[in-house]
Amino acid sequence: MRKPVIQFQDFSFQYRAQSEPTLHHINLTIYAGEKVLIVGPSGSGKSTLSHCMNGLIPFFYQGEMSGSLQIGGQESRELSIAELSDRVGTVLQDPDGQFVGLTVAEDIAFKLENDRVPQAEMIRRVTGAAETVKFATFLEASPQSLSGGQKQKTTLAGVLVSEADVLLFDEPLASLDPYTGRMTVDLIDRIHRETGRTVVIIEHRLEDMLHRHVDRIIVVNDGQIAADMTPAELLCSGMLRETGIREPLYLNALRYAGCIITPDMQPQHIDTIRLDDCIPVLNDWYHGQQGDTAVSAAEPILELQHVSFGYSKSNPVLHDVSLTVRRGEMVCIAGRNGAGKSTISKLICGFYRPTSGQILLGGRDLAGDTIKERADQIGFVMQNPNHMLSKPLIYDEVALGLRTRGVPEEEIQQRVHDVLQVCGLYPFRSWPVSALSYGQKKRVTIASILVLRPEILILDEPTAGQDYRHYNEMMEFLMELNAQGITIIMITHDMYLMMEYGQRTIVLSEGKKIADDVPARVLSDEAIVAAAHLKTTSLHELAVRSGVGEPSELVSRFIAYDRGMRQS
Amino acid sequence: MSTPMLSYTNLNTPVHRLTGVTKLVFFMVWALTAMIIYDTRCLLVMLVLGLVIFGMARVPFQQYSFVLYLILVFFLLNQVAIFLFSPLYGVELYGSQHDIVHIAGRYTLTWEQLFYQFNVALKYAVVIPIALLFLLVTDPSEFASSLNRIGVSYKIAYSVAIALRYIPDVQQDFQNIAFSAQARGIDISRKEKIGKRLKNVISILMPLILTSVERIEKISTAMELRGFGRKNKRTWYKSRPFQTGDYVALTLVILVAVVSFAVTFADGSRFYNIFE
Amino acid sequence: MAKTNGLSVKTIVAIGIGSALFIILGRFGSIPTGIPNTNIETTYALLALFALLYGPVAGLLIGLIGHTLKDAIFYGQPWFSWVIASAVVGLLIGLMTRRIAIHDGEFGKGGILRFNIAQILANIIAWIVVAPVLDILIYSEPANKVFTQGIVAAISNIITVAILGTLLAIAYSKTRTKRGSLSREA
Repeated sequence: MRKPVIQFQDFSFQYRAQSEPTLHHINLTIYAGEKVLIVGPSGSGKSTLSHCMNGLIPFFYQGEMSGSLQIGGQESRELSIAELSDRVGTVLQDPDGQFVGLTVAEDIAFKLENDRVPQAEMIRRVTGAAETVKFATFLEASPQSLSGGQKQKTTLAGVLVSEADVLLFDEPLASLDPYTGRMTVDLIDRIHRETGRTVVIIEHRLEDMLHRHVDRIIVVNDGQIAADMTPAELLCSGMLRETGIREPLYLNALRYAGCIITPDMQPQHIDTIRLDDCIPVLNDWYHGQQGDTAVSAAEPILELQHVSFGYSKSNPVLHDVSLTVRRGEMVCIAGRNGAGKSTISKLICGFYRPTSGQILLGGRDLAGDTIKERADQIGFVMQNPNHMLSKPLIYDEVALGLRTRGVPEEEIQQRVHDVLQVCGLYPFRSWPVSALSYGQKKRVTIASILVLRPEILILDEPTAGQDYRHYNEMMEFLMELNAQGITIIMITHDMYLMMEYGQRTIVLSEGKKIADDVPARVLSDEAIVAAAHLKTTSLHELAVRSGVGEPSELVSRFIAYDRGMRQS
Repeated sequence: MSTPMLSYTNLNTPVHRLTGVTKLVFFMVWALTAMIIYDTRCLLVMLVLGLVIFGMARVPFQQYSFVLYLILVFFLLNQVAIFLFSPLYGVELYGSQHDIVHIAGRYTLTWEQLFYQFNVALKYAVVIPIALLFLLVTDPSEFASSLNRIGVSYKIAYSVAIALRYIPDVQQDFQNIAFSAQARGIDISRKEKIGKRLKNVISILMPLILTSVERIEKISTAMELRGFGRKNKRTWYKSRPFQTGDYVALTLVILVAVVSFAVTFADGSRFYNIFE
Repeated sequence: MAKTNGLSVKTIVAIGIGSALFIILGRFGSIPTGIPNTNIETTYALLALFALLYGPVAGLLIGLIGHTLKDAIFYGQPWFSWVIASAVVGLLIGLMTRRIAIHDGEFGKGGILRFNIAQILANIIAWIVVAPVLDILIYSEPANKVFTQGIVAAISNIITVAILGTLLAIAYSKTRTKRGSLSREA
């Protein structure tokens, strides 16, 4: 008999500020020792579900509950948030917000300190937890010296140090690069097997999570449980397309080829899927396609020539980097954290000056131009829209750059309205910015740059923190801008973005350019992929396992076909 | 924006080995004593003592040199201001007048004024080495637990820890926001007129504050989820037990304080008068 | 909410982050006015806003912790008379604006008026009474010097808070508007 640890029975919840319930009549049981993945698009209620499990609802976010929710056999509303934290340990998605200690050791010890555990025992348990996540050599490190993945390890150790039976991960992959994400999935899996604790993961990046076994997947949509089945069943059910969750790439390719996928093929992992019947179909499809490896031959618009830079003389960030962006291109710049990719954009915009080398715009050296002068031609959109939004109303926000440039108010109105139309924000023009979703806010920041009519748009992680549907909307929007003639440079480690929208990918590693090619070839080169903290795609493995085509050629033909599908 | 700031580095000297509590209490008693007393002799003794202790910590000069420059500028400005506002304040305090030279109008340089301003300078000078040292040798991690040990509620002590933890993050936010504002032509330097400058400042402050309010939400959620505040007391991972050095340091500072107060107030006046 | 029961976790965090902001704005957020040696200290607009948002205890402690750490980290030693004056500003503004329900998006003419009366009184008490008196008591500085400095500081901070503080508070209150009140326009 399996023991339930979390049990929702006819459970509904409505936030105090909202007019409708976010969760409707949820019935869900999670058993001791299970590993459960909860997926769903933004706004589906999956985060609300996790807040109910760890007690943030109703202690932090007020609202009305009905039905029953039992955690470890007790009604959750009878427990305090602190008591719940003894049963359910949570790892949140923001690595900085939850790292409250001044060092790794103190952060791991945080829960124990609050529980008044004596110091000697605390030191022993902290060391133990740090060893479990293989991070014991970093105990004295400060959060500023750690990467996102290392901060997450710390947080995980800080949860393991308690005796909580349930480990709850709220979008653990959201702020990680593909390589670190894979390491995290491995780590969660190992901890699940070694400690036998119950693991619940909320995440919309399905393929990445399925890199390791999960027992069950629960699909949440519109505040209801839309599905509760094994990974194999779910992947064959068509449910993913209905709820807007991205299906794994190799399945996507097989479907394009016309294969029929059934649960008994073990489709949940590229290493387990039985391909026998698919290979001929895939082979036929492969030979009927053509890859697209043409790169733009238009005139150069932006050129970096032998650019070097360092914040201090002793540690250079960029080392003799040369690159060319051609008019009308859509280019990705990739590389792991600290490789110098954000520094490049700051040099182009003039926030810093190169220590040597030149930056040319349309053949003209930019060295003498101020930040403001460059901004008239090169727009820079930051990753976090909240860092850019300063006006309460959308219209004023978009008009801000024009007003500081002294453009007459009539012209401002015309230009703002035009750009709001382009960005699909016109119906919201008199709304307060705060009423918009994250993706809409991001659009407002893009609009506020576009209104200055730049020739080049540089975007830092344009799709970070967005689900599949919002990702698609954002990228289709950028495609439209690109079609209107704006050159687009995206700094990103989103591999889907590179594959689906990048015409070219430039890879930086340790301040040097190590690749500059079409995405299909970059993503199939294992040395480059490792240096940039990316990973090879599952299409690569599909090619190897099925023996159909060269990996990079299969990727290339898939990309060409996929783009064709999306345009039609 | 690599603005230099004073920060802790761990060197293994007798001063570094003291517990955070000792360093905190030493600094507080020392600063309080220097604030209250005005006896030149005691201040001179404290200055020498302070410099000796500072020397014992062997902190490399470049770690604090930039601050000395700022302190010196402030020092001089303040001295000039005192003289400009009250050129005869010393005469008033000490009840006698020995002129050195008449400058112009009401400005006469007197020995009393010179001695008074020397005392003011001395009072700052006494605190500086110990204050600098406190920052240079105290592990920030120990700071909160030390505040808690001397009686500050652990919750307030923890807000100090949060401030120290998030200063670099807030600075990063500020820099990012200022950059993106500049790229849109928003300038807060002297190049803009004052009215416009004020307006532009809002464009930087607003995102900074909204980002911070959001940060506050996130951090408090994370702390709630890990049981912060559930009990009346909490333990500290980084606290350390007292050792001989701690008792020596505390005895020394209490001795300094008691003697200074005794000497200062023995004759019924805070001021040591050499003109009588 | 944070306001009612003294020290909730949120208030603790607000004190910590508020202090960090105070330090960064105190160091980098000084705007030259054009008058020599007189700067607009944007950090006091922040202090006033946080006192309004998170209450008197937060105001007091952000002034105290923020100012102490700012002086210490960047200038080597805290200037205690002014540290205490900053704490008094935060405390008084927090006390006098307790009934403004800014979290519910309410900050109309009445709120603006009350906020400004509070900040003017708080700045006068802190800079024209507390700071100079402490300067005289602690450092025995000449009265006319410290009162002149106090008056200049009071005026400049009152103006800073009146403009920047009020605008920030209005903008903040607007972010609290609820979605229900909005509809799309053609």
